[in-house]
Amino acid sequence: MEWETVIGLEIHTQLATQSKIFSGASTAYGAEPNTQACAVDLGLPGVLPVLNEEAVRLAVIFGMAIEANIEPYSVFARKNYFYPDLPKGYQISQMDHPIVGQGHLDIEVDGETKRIGITRAHLEEDAGKSLHESFHGLTGIDLNRAGTPLLEIVSEPDMRSAKEAVAYMRKLHELVRYLGICDGNMQEGSFRCDANVSVRPKGQQAFGTRAEIKNINSFKFVEKAINHEIERQIELIENGGKVVQETRLYDSVKDETRSMRSKEEANDYRYFPDPDLLPVLIDESFKSQIKASLPELPQAKKHRFKTDYQLDDESATILTTSRPLADYFESTLKTSKSEPKLCANWITGDLSAALNKAGLEITDSPISDERLAGLLTRISDNTISGKIAKQVFDLLWQSIATADEIIAEQGLKQITDTGAIEAIIDKIIADNQGQVEQYRSGKDKVFAFFVGQVMKEMKGKANPAEVNKLLKTKLQA
Amino acid sequence: MHTKSLTELAHGLRSGEFSSVELTQHFLKRIQQHQDLNAYITVTEEIALQNAIAADTQLANGQVAALTGIPIAQKDIFCTLDIKTSCGSKMLDNFIAPYNATVIEKFNQAGAVLLGKLNMDEFAMGSSNETSYYGAVKNPWNVNTVPGGSSGGSGAAVAARLAACATGTDTGGSIRQPAAHCGITGLKPTYGRVSRYGMIAYASSLDQGGPMARSAEDAAILLQTMAGFDPKDSTSVDLIVPDYSAGLNNSLAGLKIGLPKEFFSNDLNSDMAATLETAINEYRKLGAEIKEVSMPNLKLAIPAYYVIAPAECSANLSRFDGVRFGYRCENPVDLTDLYTRSRGEGFGKEVKRRILMGTYALSTGYYDAYYVKAQKIRRLISDDFKNALTEVDVIMGPVTPTPAFGIGEKIADPIKMYLSDIYTIAINLAGLPALSIPAGFINGLPVGLQIIGNYFTEDRLLNIAHQYQQVTDWHQHTPKGFE
Repeated sequence: MEWETVIGLEIHTQLATQSKIFSGASTAYGAEPNTQACAVDLGLPGVLPVLNEEAVRLAVIFGMAIEANIEPYSVFARKNYFYPDLPKGYQISQMDHPIVGQGHLDIEVDGETKRIGITRAHLEEDAGKSLHESFHGLTGIDLNRAGTPLLEIVSEPDMRSAKEAVAYMRKLHELVRYLGICDGNMQEGSFRCDANVSVRPKGQQAFGTRAEIKNINSFKFVEKAINHEIERQIELIENGGKVVQETRLYDSVKDETRSMRSKEEANDYRYFPDPDLLPVLIDESFKSQIKASLPELPQAKKHRFKTDYQLDDESATILTTSRPLADYFESTLKTSKSEPKLCANWITGDLSAALNKAGLEITDSPISDERLAGLLTRISDNTISGKIAKQVFDLLWQSIATADEIIAEQGLKQITDTGAIEAIIDKIIADNQGQVEQYRSGKDKVFAFFVGQVMKEMKGKANPAEVNKLLKTKLQA
Repeated sequence: MHTKSLTELAHGLRSGEFSSVELTQHFLKRIQQHQDLNAYITVTEEIALQNAIAADTQLANGQVAALTGIPIAQKDIFCTLDIKTSCGSKMLDNFIAPYNATVIEKFNQAGAVLLGKLNMDEFAMGSSNETSYYGAVKNPWNVNTVPGGSSGGSGAAVAARLAACATGTDTGGSIRQPAAHCGITGLKPTYGRVSRYGMIAYASSLDQGGPMARSAEDAAILLQTMAGFDPKDSTSVDLIVPDYSAGLNNSLAGLKIGLPKEFFSNDLNSDMAATLETAINEYRKLGAEIKEVSMPNLKLAIPAYYVIAPAECSANLSRFDGVRFGYRCENPVDLTDLYTRSRGEGFGKEVKRRILMGTYALSTGYYDAYYVKAQKIRRLISDDFKNALTEVDVIMGPVTPTPAFGIGEKIADPIKMYLSDIYTIAINLAGLPALSIPAGFINGLPVGLQIIGNYFTEDRLLNIAHQYQQVTDWHQHTPKGFE
């Protein structure tokens, strides 16, 4: 039988606020355990939550970026369950009235664009961490993370393969970083994913029973976990079994998912509106303020790069994957006054390759936009040839000198003085009479030999166009 | 000294008639003499004397605030820095609060001397003070009867003059009912008027702190200190706090008083009805017009309350899990054992009953039938009050169905106990301000008159109470043995 996979993702993004969602404690990662947990985070008797407006602002930015409804009225609710790293015995989240309603995100897989629906995105507080190591069989609790703002982004079950799921996750990851609402650091847990996976016979309308795979924190693991889960479910059904609704955990070491708890064992979270917090009312002026400050979104930027700069789809796509990269391109272009295509090629080509090799991000590039612009300027005004430019690029990477300094120091300036080139050509013709005869008898290929000889003699600095023109004239004379 | 009003005490301190240390020692001595009442859970003798010494220095320097040097006591529901804050529960018997509630901060700024922390029903759940882990409080008017609850320690302490005044909290009547049973003046402010930060939550949408005092005049001074917007409490309201003492002497001529027919039905005991009738007549004499009003949904208040309050408390009390603070069972074998035994052993019966009721009401499949329905009823009850308050300025009625009942009389029958709040609970559901003032005696036990006003009209309520206290002396009676 042919099977179809149905996948929906729930992605938890930590919002990049300075302080927690309901307290003034810092959200900085990596502090000594429990040094960033105040009375409110500890859930001491008598404390009360106060909503951090910045978290609301970041959620609204996200909502606008996915063209979702920003709900004018949203409500915080208590999600009740006991766990040692959940200090109050309930998590403040949103249930019936999330802040961000229906939206969507377009992904590209194998050259096809597909629209993935986003059901909702809601604000909630993160829990603390249980530390099971180094406590001799006991569990330690670190509440530094407790109260960190999260935006949980819930997709529609619109994805049909692990590949699509990863593409969606990457696109979302790119977007939240683009918007500056999340640092996207997956190792630190700033961007985590739960995947709902089910299979059904191809053509069947009804969904199969789904399993939820919890807390997958890398793109690679998402793909592996989903593929493993698909295989497990199909095998199970084909052997006459039944998928049960349950929560499963992905073990990246063994590359398998295993059951955490079944539907029957699942908590009844007993959601109800949190009486300590007022409903959040978002008015038009708050929204228009945010709209005005919204950065250009990747899709719009890509479109603009294609129309304004005449870039091809591939270059425009690459250059708009991150805001810093797009900014780097535009400022390099502006400073160098070079052709956009030339600029794009250098950034997506040599520079990207060098960065990749060194494992660096564009923001850590040893060649600043200004220094690269210096190089592009000299290519554009014919001071150096493309070939020499590669040499200059390597030196830019290794030093802090400007392109002009390198060109001057290394004597790489292109020779366009026809007198100097003519002298060399005359010498080459005189020394290679045999080849001249061949050329004149119709062997056009010999022409390349002459170009090579001239260039060699001139250490590559001769203007190639000038060399061609002069050689032709002299050989035909 | 203990018979003086707050104004008289402030005057005595400022004029040098007595020092704060003398006054404090006097109250501490009375507290010790009357330990049998069990009004205090913790007496903070050392802190009180330190506060008093500091106050005397300030008085000498002329740096006086509203309550400088005046010894007061706090319900043990307000977190007090470095002082045990038990909330009347074994669960918090070992809890030394690491911070001050906003209300405590305000009293500290006002220069008050802290005598101690007052007994209360466990987690404010009770109407008789019998659910306290620290034992029942006795009513100074008759030590075989209850002082009411949950602010029973506050009621008894103020009535017995074991503090110049006290704080209470009111979720379903917990200030007004003990005030009525103890013959004092107690005001539950509008929800949002007094910060809840640091006040251990029972039912967050209903809880409100307020003053418990000898008179409306004293209550006005206390409320002045307690009220105001607090950025740490999202449900506190950012409204200007009026001068609560300024309008106390305003005339009541033309005041429109509404009497809900549902409050004065045949269910009301005839002695209570007669006492209240006499009190209302005093208002007539003061120039008020009396009008009957109807609030058809009042009868739904108790069932709605006993869904909403337990629902909220079931979540509010989840933090008491034996993990970070409070009671922890001995030698837990695993996490479940830690939870079940810490909570099973740390909470009393009534608290567990309400957690169970609330958990049930919020469960999948029951949520709409209970919680959602109760919220709808809450809205209907609020509307009843709003409608009535368009016709009249205030609503008057009983505070309790009967005067104080006997210790042990109702504790075994929760429904009976719950019904003792039948006249107060609806006001919390509506979020309105209401106070209880002494209005007579039945068989030597005080009877309270309840006055309910529109939102944020505490100043008017205090004025109405004060005018009554100018023409009656019920509030000046002192129980025998406590003169």
